[in-house]
Amino acid sequence: MRVTFFLKEAMRTLRRNATPSLAATLTVLLTALVLGFFIPVVQATNGAADDVRNRVVLDIYVKDGADQAAINKLRTALEGTPNVQSVEFISKEEALKQERERDAQAFDVLGKNPLPDLFRVTPTDPDLITELGDQLAPPTPAKGKGASAQPASPLAAVSDVQTREEETSKILSGTNLVNILAFGLGGLLTMASVALISNTIRLSIFARRREVEVMRLVGATNWFIRWPFVIEGMFVGLAGSALAVAILGLIKVTIIDSLRQSFDILQVPQTMSFPALALILLFGSVLVAGVGSGITLTLSRSLRI
Amino acid sequence: MPASSKDVAARALAGAATTPRAADRRGVPVIEYRDVSKVYPGGSVGLERVSLSVGRGEFVFLVGPTGCGKSTCLKLLLKEIEPSEGEIFIAGKGLRTMQRKRVPFLRRNIGAVFQDYKLLPNRTVAANVAYALEVVGQPRSEIRRKVPEIIRLVGLSTKLHAYPDELSGGEQQRVSIARAFVNHPPLLLADEPTGNLDPETSIGIMQLLYRINRTGTTVVVATHDREMVDKMRRRVLELYEGRVIRDERSGSYSQDESTSEFAIRLRGELGIGAEGHPN
Repeated sequence: MRVTFFLKEAMRTLRRNATPSLAATLTVLLTALVLGFFIPVVQATNGAADDVRNRVVLDIYVKDGADQAAINKLRTALEGTPNVQSVEFISKEEALKQERERDAQAFDVLGKNPLPDLFRVTPTDPDLITELGDQLAPPTPAKGKGASAQPASPLAAVSDVQTREEETSKILSGTNLVNILAFGLGGLLTMASVALISNTIRLSIFARRREVEVMRLVGATNWFIRWPFVIEGMFVGLAGSALAVAILGLIKVTIIDSLRQSFDILQVPQTMSFPALALILLFGSVLVAGVGSGITLTLSRSLRI
Repeated sequence: MPASSKDVAARALAGAATTPRAADRRGVPVIEYRDVSKVYPGGSVGLERVSLSVGRGEFVFLVGPTGCGKSTCLKLLLKEIEPSEGEIFIAGKGLRTMQRKRVPFLRRNIGAVFQDYKLLPNRTVAANVAYALEVVGQPRSEIRRKVPEIIRLVGLSTKLHAYPDELSGGEQQRVSIARAFVNHPPLLLADEPTGNLDPETSIGIMQLLYRINRTGTTVVVATHDREMVDKMRRRVLELYEGRVIRDERSGSYSQDESTSEFAIRLRGELGIGAEGHPN
């Protein structure tokens, strides 16, 4: 009974208050569209960035003349170092084989194998890779006496340590840009939607002032007066986001899906499924719209009993 | 007014316990003002140290020129505004200490009628009355039962599905009285209920309010129509510049006068023929 009454009242107001409701609906539509576009993009870039971060490794080159005992000692030392997840040994021959696969001719021209033995170290925490690199750097040759005094240091066999920090940081800053853009745009548009919904509610309070007056007069409770307005706001949210979901769905079916068949690249990033995205947009819009109109009503003087 | 609608009223209010005479001025007063003053934010004085008391089942006129504080008096009772000083009691309950969220429940026990009717223009007569029941959360079955009954009581059975702008002023005021009384509140306030109406129509409205009063409901009518008031011979509280300058309990009238006797006497005294149309 109450629910039907609220719904009936809300629809009555929507009809009478059509123009501002339409404006608010269009803003919600735009917001949901932008969010619906950016959520998968953010997910994809973040997924790619995580991939890169997980592929962050330290290449520790072994000195050319190091014997098997030194190499073994070095491996034990590396495995014992904190923040090291795994250690993989790639011998000169293996490295050559890998590189040959990429560009056989170049190495044929070289004649001999220029590649050193190397340990590929995967850190547990990719953010601390620079510290780990410093830690594993070879002892400086300047301390010639010290080196001879401690010939047992296993790091003596290390010739060089290389990280791929630069490429990593480039990718990460790209991801950050996308994130900032998405959150900034999404935040601004959400605020605009809330403002317009709030404005719609204000106007519909004005359009319904006689009803409100009568309601107060005969002793309707505050929330009984407010619910139709909240429902109106939620309906605006629902209509806007439903339209946006329909448009996004159309774009997905006609453009993304057909591209996906021709290009493998679009399959790489892991993004959420379309129904999940649609649900998030619908629920999010209705919730934000409902809360927005609720706050407007609570602050509205004309509705105080 | 046909006799059948009087029966309906009597039946509807059979449960309302006391007859007007037994309840009159017994026990806790329905309305009590203790030294109430109201100064509006602009500095204009609405009421100045008003003390008064209205007993259960009374019919009271609040008279005085425009701006004398009649409407202020009624608004204070509905807790639409707060007194600057003093305390108001309704059925023994102080309004000052009442929580805001209890105010709607106070208003459910007070019917209110206004000069401008306050009807919703895009709803029919029945829907207007039903609206008052809907917004206080009454079940649909109750609404279906009560609405035609109260509309018959005010004599508008044939206009159930008419819109307010299709009705005369008197008929619109009857709808507004129906809406105010559909829940059978123990107190009914009317602010200039006949302000826009001609004398004959006014008698019809007064007759209706009198009928409601005879079911045991306390009725307070604010009006500037002194002639009507004098002829009706009920208790009169006269306000002037925010002060009560006359409280005439006028014992000269008979409490037992029936509604039709009341109307005949009123018409006679106002010099209007009994054949006049009630609306």
